Formats: sequence, C-alpha cells, structure tokens
Amino acid sequence: MNSLNYTIAKDNDGKSIWKFLAGEMKPRGSFLTPFNIISIPIMILGLVLIVIRFWKGLGSVTNLTQEVPWGLWIGFDVVTGVAFAGGAYVLTFMVYILNMQKYHSIVRITVLNGFLAYVFYAGALLLDLGRPWNVINPIIGNSFGTSSVLFLVAWHFLLYMIAQLIEFSPAVAEWLGARKARKILSGMTVAAVIFGITLSTLHQSGLGALYLMAKDKIHPLWYNEFIPIMFFVSSIFAGLSMVIFEGSISHRVFFNQISEENHKSHNSIIIGLSKICAVAMFAYFFLQVLVFVHGKRWDLLFTPMGYWYLLEMFGFVMFPMLLFFYSYRRKNINLVKVAAILTMLGVILNRLNVTVIGFKWDAAIRYIPTWMELVVTLAVIFTEIWIFRWVVNRMPVLRESPSWVNDKH
Amino acid sequence: MALNRKDFFKVLGVTGVTLAIGKEAGAVPKKEESIEFKGILYDSTRCAGCQTCESACAEANGLPSPTAAIEAGVIRNTDEVHRTVVNAFNSSKGETYLKKQCMHCNEPACTAACLTQAMYKTKEGAVIWRGDKCMGCRYCMVSCPFDVPKFEYHSANPKIEKCNMCYSRLGEGKIPACVENCPAEALMYGPRRDLIKEARKRIVENPDQYVDHIYGEHEAGGTGFLYIAGVPFEELGLNTSIQKESYPSLSKGFLYSVPTIFVLWPAILLGIRESTKNNHLKSDENE
Ligand code: SF4
Ligand code: SF4
Repeated sequence: MNSLNYTIAKDNDGKSIWKFLAGEMKPRGSFLTPFNIISIPIMILGLVLIVIRFWKGLGSVTNLTQEVPWGLWIGFDVVTGVAFAGGAYVLTFMVYILNMQKYHSIVRITVLNGFLAYVFYAGALLLDLGRPWNVINPIIGNSFGTSSVLFLVAWHFLLYMIAQLIEFSPAVAEWLGARKARKILSGMTVAAVIFGITLSTLHQSGLGALYLMAKDKIHPLWYNEFIPIMFFVSSIFAGLSMVIFEGSISHRVFFNQISEENHKSHNSIIIGLSKICAVAMFAYFFLQVLVFVHGKRWDLLFTPMGYWYLLEMFGFVMFPMLLFFYSYRRKNINLVKVAAILTMLGVILNRLNVTVIGFKWDAAIRYIPTWMELVVTLAVIFTEIWIFRWVVNRMPVLRESPSWVNDKH
Repeated sequence: MALNRKDFFKVLGVTGVTLAIGKEAGAVPKKEESIEFKGILYDSTRCAGCQTCESACAEANGLPSPTAAIEAGVIRNTDEVHRTVVNAFNSSKGETYLKKQCMHCNEPACTAACLTQAMYKTKEGAVIWRGDKCMGCRYCMVSCPFDVPKFEYHSANPKIEKCNMCYSRLGEGKIPACVENCPAEALMYGPRRDLIKEARKRIVENPDQYVDHIYGEHEAGGTGFLYIAGVPFEELGLNTSIQKESYPSLSKGFLYSVPTIFVLWPAILLGIRESTKNNHLKSDENE
C-alpha cells in the first residue's frame, strides 16, 4: 500500500510532456496482486476471442439466434452497464444544480467512473456490430435514421462522452500541470453538466425505449409502454448504489490518497446517498405497482415467470429499499453497503429480464450465453478497472488538487 | 480550446435540429387510403405446396436451392439462405399451405428501428436492405414483429437477409420471381388497393371457400403482403393477436418527447441552479 504514496500533484511545468507521459505509463506498486493474477489471463483470452469474433463472425463465439439477436453483450454490457454509470449524472445534478456541496469530494471519481463505463461498455457495442465499418454512417449523416431510437441513443452516447470528458478534464489539466487549460476547462464545467444531465435523461430512458417495438417478444410482466420511465428512475438508484459500492472499495484501495477531511465526511456522504436511494426506489416501486395494477396482470403472477417477477420486485427492490431506509435512520454504514449490493443485483436482474431472460421467453430454443461471451464481458470490465486504477493513481481524482488551483482565483 | 468549445455546441445544435426534424421524418404514416404501394396477394386455397416459389426465389437471388421437402406439421423457417418457405398445416379443412416471407409492412418496424436507413421502405412499397449503409446492429430483427430479417452469424462480412420483393427485378419491369413462377396462380402482384379489392371479391363470391379475413389488411398497421385462406389464420401459424396499429407508433411518444426535453431540461436545470445558489453560501458558512 505504501507504494501508492507518491508526491501528490506535482507541478509539471518545465518537464517535457512526452518524458512525463512516458514516466506515467510505467506500472506502479507491486505487479503480482491477486487482482492482476486473475484479470490478466482473462483479458488476454478475451482479446483472442475478440479476434476470432471478427475473423469468423459473431456466431463463432456467441449463442445468438435468429430470434434472439441481442444477448449478453447488449443486455448486460450496454443496457446494464450504462444504468450503473448513471451515478455521474445524478451526482453532478446534486452538486452543480442543487448545490449540495457535501458531495463535492466524490464528484470526480464518479464522473471518471461514468466516463470509463461509457467508453468501455458502450464501446463493447462495437464488438456486437456485424458491419462495424459502417458505424460512422449514422454519425456523418450519410444516412440519418432519425426515426430510430437507436439513432438517438448512439448520438447521445457520443455527446455524453464528450460532456463527461469536459467535466473530468480539469483533473487531467491538473495532472499535466496545465494551468491555463485548467482555467478554461473548468469554466466549461457547468455547461457540460447541464448538457450531460439532459443527455442522460434521454438515453437512460432511451435504452428502455429501444425495446418498445418488441412488444410481442418481451414477457408481459416486463413489457409496458412506460419502460423508458422505469429505466430512467431505476438508473438513479442503480447509479447511486454503484457510487456507494465503488466508493467503499476505492476507499480501501486508494486509502492513502484521501485527505483526512474527506475520510471523515465519507460516512455522512454514504448515509445521505442511502436516503436518496430509498426515495428513488420507493418511487420506482410505486410506478411498477401502478403499471401492474393498470395492466391487469394478476393471472400471470402464479406462473414461474410470475414468481421470478415477484422475487425481483420484493427481494431486490422492496427489501433493499427498506434496508436503505432503515440504515439511514440508524446511520449504519455496513447495512447501506449490503443494501447497495442487493440493489445492484436487482438492477442487473431487471435489465436482464427485459433484454435477455424475458425476451422470447417462450421460444423453442432459448438463448443462453456461451462461456466466451462471458469471458469477453469480464475482459471488458477488467480492462476498465485497469484504466480506472491507472488514472486514479496519477491524477487528482481522490486526492486534493494541486495548490496552484486555488492560488490563481 | 475556445474553438473546441464552439464546435461542441455546434454539434449539440446540429443534433438538436436533426432530432427535431426526426419528428417529421419519422412520421411516414400516410392515411391508408392514400397508399399506392404495390404488394402481393397470396391465396392459400390455391396453393398446392409445390415449392416452386422457393426455388424461383433462391434462383433469382443467388441463394442455394431449397432441399427440404414440405411435411405437414413440421414448421420450417426462413433463414439467412431462405427468404421464403412454404409450410403445410393439418387444418380443419385438411392439409393447407402457407407461404412465409417479409410482410412489407406499410409502416415497417424494421425501417423505423434502423438507424442508418439501411432497411428502407421504397416508394413502390417493397422493403429493401442496403448493405452499404447497414452496420449490423440487428435492431431491425429485435423490432420486426414477424421475426423476418435474418443475420449471417457465421460471416465476417455478414448480411441481413430477407425478401425484398425482388426489388431489382421490379426496376427492370419484371414482377417478383415467386409470383411469376407460381403454377397455381396462388400469388398476385399489383397495387395494394387492387389486391384488397380482388381478395374481397374472392371472399364474397365464394363465402364457403374462404374465411372472411384478409390477413395484412390491418395487421401491424397494414402490410404489403396480403393473405386469404380457407381456414382461420391461427391454424396456419400466423400471429392473429398482432396489434392493428403500426409498430413504429409504439415508440413515437418517446421520440416526440425528445426535442421537448432537449429544450426544456437545460432551462429548468439552469433555473434550479440559480435558485439554489444560496445553499452554497449556507453550506460554506457551516463548514
Ligand atoms: S415484416 Fe418485418 S422485415 Fe418485413 S417490412 Fe415488416 S417489419 Fe420489416
Ligand atoms: S442491422 Fe442493419 S438494417 Fe438492421 S437495423 Fe441495424 S443497421 Fe439497420
């Protein structure tokens, strides 16, 4: 752990930028950590599988069928991953729009997390494209399919990544010691935040809207015309649960980088988030009940899919919601973490139920992902964590900004 | 940096506009009366299950000739090398045949889904696929209520395969290969309106022979491919609970709300930010 303790926020003026970057590329700390030992082989295997996939076609590594054309890579990597990245827009909303300064210290790490999640999980979308060389078509305007929800989602992903990059860029500037750039970039933060939140609202719900036309293919307990709203509301607590989860891990792994003051405020931040989660989950549960009652789905409840639905709603929405609420009242940090993990499982369950498990649930041949699809998914996640670690170890994400930041104001 | 910022907003502006335009561009629907689309009428009572249409289709489109014979009760499906198949059903009136292919919907889910307009409803009515635009996302497959588009999963340069009503032949003044070669005249090509008239006529003139239903007249908002038959369509494996509205109408509400949110949200967010500025001061004092 001590090896993580380097000079904090050096001012790099005067040093050649290439020399500096080359130095920063080198790994730091001990290399043979358990995480590295597990992740490296999986990442290499994943890379091999990706090569095979582009060489022999999607069918060589996936179990996708003519009836189930979207599997784990879309249902989990993209649809679920992006929900978890929702923490960035919720937190920037709280800090920059509602001015809840208490949460300021975790904005950077959350935005970084969100940004990387988009780059990697949404980037995993490219693996799933059959004709990826045409991916620029909807961007360059060769052919605008403006009536397509996917068109909208694709554009919003792209723009949101830019917005998040701008939100995060002051940290990069501080790392590079670029004082002027930092000033300009941080001046753009609020505009980026506002566009970012707008874009998030639209594409978090847009991911749900993608499935609106698959009306006859999704199990009626999970299909309703409000999927977009459901996806939006659940992305709030999905994102915040991820913030709680990731925050408590970062807190341990990057312990030395965090200032005394921020250590102290960490618990009160988590407690605060737990209250917001509880409220958002209550709204979500309430909406689900409304839709259910309105849709008159009673007869479906007492089927295997019905029990599955009840498990999702009560075991992974209602229960963690109560847990969040209880631990907020009791200020119990550990229970908050348990609730966050349960909530995340619930969100995974929900997204997979809409996109994979409930999709063509009555088909003769069911889609079950191959081990290769799983390995590629894991490889993508691990690569993201590697980059995340690399950035956090170098840039002022968790640690304080260099002193010159405040000097010049 | 200042330039970047400007570009960034320019991009945002352009998207905002295209999204706003999308509202109109997405709304292709014309009233059914005004549609002069061409289509195909298939009369199941005339079909003898000879599979000539299958071979003709394969030949016209450079696909391998079908080898499997028809067997009652065994459902064969279209796939990446079969754009059309004929199946036999043990119906209440004995062995009955039904041809399957793309329905060429009036308002196709696949074209509304496609973000590159690779799936394209031509003005003549045929729904075609354009490989130079397609990025292989398979959203068309997810959206098509009839599960028609098929994907070449085992190719590095995969195509989406589906019936395109022999669009290139139409351009040469010919008619679709299946229609041209059907020895039993079970298939008929022409303006959709005339086909519906013809179908009605057959039903009215032979009420015992036909069920009183033109499948595709209203299904999924109307389709270019129309069916008439002697037995109820659910006996022939067609989805009769399919909605009467077009499928793109399902996501229209969402798409329409997009420009509104794009305009209103930033304004609201700025407003809230202004009104909470004092919180900032307060919390500063607390610290
Ligand atoms: S049947 Fe499917 S593929 Fe054919 S036009 Fe309709 S939506 Fe498109
Ligand atoms: S797979 Fe091709 S044709 Fe189908 S929706 Fe995607 S881009 Fe369009």
